[in-house]
Amino acid sequence: MLTALLKYQFLQNAVLAGLLASVLCGVIGVIIIEKKLVMMSGGIAHASYGGVGLGYLLGIEPIFGAIGFALLSALGVGFVKRRGGASADVLIGLFWSLGMALGIFFVALMPGYPPDMSSYLFGNILAVTRADLYLTAGLTGAVVLVVAVFFDSWKAYLFDDEFARLIGQPTALLEYLLLATIAMSVVALIRVVGIILALAMLTAPAATASLFTKGLGSRMAASAALGAVFCFAGLTISYYTGISSGATIVTLSGAVCLSSYGVRALADAHTRKHAAMEHSREEVSEK
Amino acid sequence: MTNSNQPALQMQNLSVYYGNTPALHNVNLTVDHGEYLGIIGPNGGGKTTLIRVILGLLAPTTGSVLVYGKPAGHTDVKIGYVPQIAPLDRRFPITAFEAVLTGRLGRGLVPFHRYSKSDRLAASEALERVGIAQLAERRLSALSGGEFQRLLIARALAVEPKLLLLDEPTANVDAGSREKIYTLLAELSKTMTVILVTHDLLAISSQLRSLACLSGRLVYHGEPQLNTDTVRALYGCPVDLIAHGVPHRVLGDHHEEGDNLVC
Repeated sequence: MLTALLKYQFLQNAVLAGLLASVLCGVIGVIIIEKKLVMMSGGIAHASYGGVGLGYLLGIEPIFGAIGFALLSALGVGFVKRRGGASADVLIGLFWSLGMALGIFFVALMPGYPPDMSSYLFGNILAVTRADLYLTAGLTGAVVLVVAVFFDSWKAYLFDDEFARLIGQPTALLEYLLLATIAMSVVALIRVVGIILALAMLTAPAATASLFTKGLGSRMAASAALGAVFCFAGLTISYYTGISSGATIVTLSGAVCLSSYGVRALADAHTRKHAAMEHSREEVSEK
Repeated sequence: MTNSNQPALQMQNLSVYYGNTPALHNVNLTVDHGEYLGIIGPNGGGKTTLIRVILGLLAPTTGSVLVYGKPAGHTDVKIGYVPQIAPLDRRFPITAFEAVLTGRLGRGLVPFHRYSKSDRLAASEALERVGIAQLAERRLSALSGGEFQRLLIARALAVEPKLLLLDEPTANVDAGSREKIYTLLAELSKTMTVILVTHDLLAISSQLRSLACLSGRLVYHGEPQLNTDTVRALYGCPVDLIAHGVPHRVLGDHHEEGDNLVC
């Protein structure tokens, strides 16, 4: 694959897009898990499908439609949640289905033969163009910058938003910024793994990293690195087997994450047993 | 400049309603600077509502709340807030020291903010003051309930508050930690105003300087002693307050203390 990588630009684009998306997932995934916004992210991802459909209908680039829908649904859920109007849970479920339905609806309104939208659902990293790459790079850069520049504020907000608000942090702004950031990340992921599979990219690397990292920053870095490994390895498997890259990347991420949980549980049980045996031995020697 | 002769807290005819349901009704309460006040009452008595109003997180339905002379939420005096520990995520990936350090963050978003040396020193001192300096590098998940509670007090102290507000600081800790927390609060009350909200009646025997009893309305405010009438007004029935192993009687004699009743 390495020689092919040097030779073909579409492979280079694919690897670069995967690496950029991994950095994005590393940073945002950790936040999503800590703030328990996984389902919210899933809702935003699926809502963006409506934007893809609208993009096709209006004849604009579908990914811009996706950006619009993702942003609107994220900020909308955030707004209603702050107002305490409806339960965020219900809204997320609604946005989730409504977005998908609108996507189908808009495309059905199009005259002529309907376009193939499966690359938005399942991703097609090998079809990433230069323009896509610039977009992904821009989104990743913006998101990482927003998190890095205000890192101390993020940390305080994520740990205890009420306390952060009381000491004068603009937590409403941070919350909307976070939701917008999640929306941007989801859009960046659509190209790589698609709407349906995006959730695994956001959760698997961050959840795996949480098993062996202690700090917030190091967890983000480890999560980004893991995501990059998953992406590259998944692409390689896809290259040799011909299976769709979104499926190989997500299957690999999920398998590694689940087995890490298993290994961790076994290791914890061993540690406990060992400690208990040590203690009883000490007790015996004291007597 | 804030005049320190000014009362720390002034509530006039404060009522808070959730829909048609009153959480607090017509509460008048003045707390002097340097006071160590315990507010007790049953669950649902409006204690947490009261704290949220003082912090400015909840607007009064009617009445006014002044904190050092300014409306709640707009005061320029630093308030140290110690929330209940239950809703916080103990698996959050930071150390005890980092958590306390967030108390030094200050107002607004500062690009590329870094905590200064004096911030770090203040955080270390706060940890030392609550007696868990040796746990500074521990992760939150490795702290016991009592240690985590004291960590939150340290975080509030890192703010360098003039007024310290605590919401049920002994709700999830064992008896030993409870004693330590009460001793700590008595010590802290020498240098700042302390308002402690709790349903733990043992707080009364813990060097409080005054006591308020809250059950939707203010049932009692005065010396830290309870009589059966107050308890009956609070809980609807006389409660045996002389628990095993508690050094002081918290229940005063009915006839002697009757004068202290507000309602």
